[in-house]
Amino acid sequence: MPHWLSLMIESLPSLVWACLLFTIPLTILSFVLGLGVGFLAAVTRLFGPAPLAALVRFYVWIIRGTPLLVQLFLIFYGLPSVGIVLDAFPAALIGFTLNVGAYTSEIIRAVLVSVPKGQWEAAYSIGMTWAQAMRRTILPQATRIAVPPLSNTFISLVKDTSLAAAITVPELFRAGQRIVATSYEPLILYIEVALIYLVVSSVLSSLQARVEKRFSRYGGFIEAAS
Amino acid sequence: MITLDAIHKSFEALHVLKGVSLIVPEGGVTALIGPSGSGKSTLLRCVNLLEMPQAGSVRIGDAAVAFAPGSKVSRDAVLALRRKTGMVFQNFQLFPHLTALENVMEGLLTVLKWPRDKARGRALELLEKVGMSPKADAWPANLSGGQQQRVAIARALAPAPSVLLCDEPTSALDPELAAEVIEVLAQLAREGTTMLMATHDLRLAATIASDVVFLEAGEVVESGPARAVFETPSHERTKRFVSTLSGGAPIRDPR
Repeated sequence: MPHWLSLMIESLPSLVWACLLFTIPLTILSFVLGLGVGFLAAVTRLFGPAPLAALVRFYVWIIRGTPLLVQLFLIFYGLPSVGIVLDAFPAALIGFTLNVGAYTSEIIRAVLVSVPKGQWEAAYSIGMTWAQAMRRTILPQATRIAVPPLSNTFISLVKDTSLAAAITVPELFRAGQRIVATSYEPLILYIEVALIYLVVSSVLSSLQARVEKRFSRYGGFIEAAS
Repeated sequence: MITLDAIHKSFEALHVLKGVSLIVPEGGVTALIGPSGSGKSTLLRCVNLLEMPQAGSVRIGDAAVAFAPGSKVSRDAVLALRRKTGMVFQNFQLFPHLTALENVMEGLLTVLKWPRDKARGRALELLEKVGMSPKADAWPANLSGGQQQRVAIARALAPAPSVLLCDEPTSALDPELAAEVIEVLAQLAREGTTMLMATHDLRLAATIASDVVFLEAGEVVESGPARAVFETPSHERTKRFVSTLSGGAPIRDPR
């Protein structure tokens, strides 16, 4: 067996373990929480009182205008100076959640607006409240439109979690770095790490296709001209 | 009975309704006619409060909401009034993510909290009535405009509203498809469904309206029994409007 192959096989368990234990949980948790933040932010911007909407715009502006790595450093290394000391994983989770929240709020806002106004009116005309119209009429239609852009965010996030290595979260990339530190084989190890990311994001892409198919069962949207 | 009293509605500087008062008798069909921009759609939408008037009052049976500048109306009062109405839109506005049957069931399930079986039974009955039961499981995207509008009528009727509001129900349809919708509306009229409809379709108005209100520039010019308004309009303006629409030919078919 060639040296590179035995090294890859040898290091595979600890890399996969780091992926399962940190990369994937960090991705899923921060995506789910981030979607919640993004939804609240989008609804506040669209329907909330002006001062709150302005606050949300400020939040989105800060997050989108600064590097994610800098945000993570601020949370993990910066906040202790004001007495807030977080473990690496929670710090990363907060950082990624805020990041996902800001980006998805823009997506969610756009898809909510893209549902024709006549659909709100139709929902109101049969007596629904705002919340019922949102949940039963608007969200199901908006969700379908949101699947491709949100999947994009999700797949980017998987790869972005490698930045958590810089604040000591022992996820996939950091696990690779540690093996490199003892084996002195960066080329082989980083190729292996890259391949694992590739496998994970390919699986997610195929899931996206499944979800899109499920949502397309009711055919095209009716043109709503009003 | 629906009573609108001194309804005022402005969109910013544009004063669309200038104190319109109107009574819609129970069991009859009242047609709102008038040129584009006369405010008939806006008036119709003020009845179920899709547009909030700035002043005036709307009463349907025992539910009433009064508007005055600076005062806020309660959400519950708005919902109570709205739930006495059903609305048919120009562009149908079926819920595209629900089948025809589910569209009709939606209000019963979500608003009235009926059990599924009961809602399904009622929805099937209504689809039968509008001739759409063979298409109960079709998606709106796979229905013709006339079929969509008939499903939309069933959806509006599902919670048994006191009045059916129709906003240009046939104007997005070609004449053949419009005819199938008119037929359904005429049947409802014969059964005594109270309706208020905004329309330019004089064929529709002449076929089923018992009363006509002619609106121009946000004011009622003339109103009365359909026959009187169409055949012997008392205002010059009404006369001109009616004759342009009919192209000079008599509007009522000799029946």
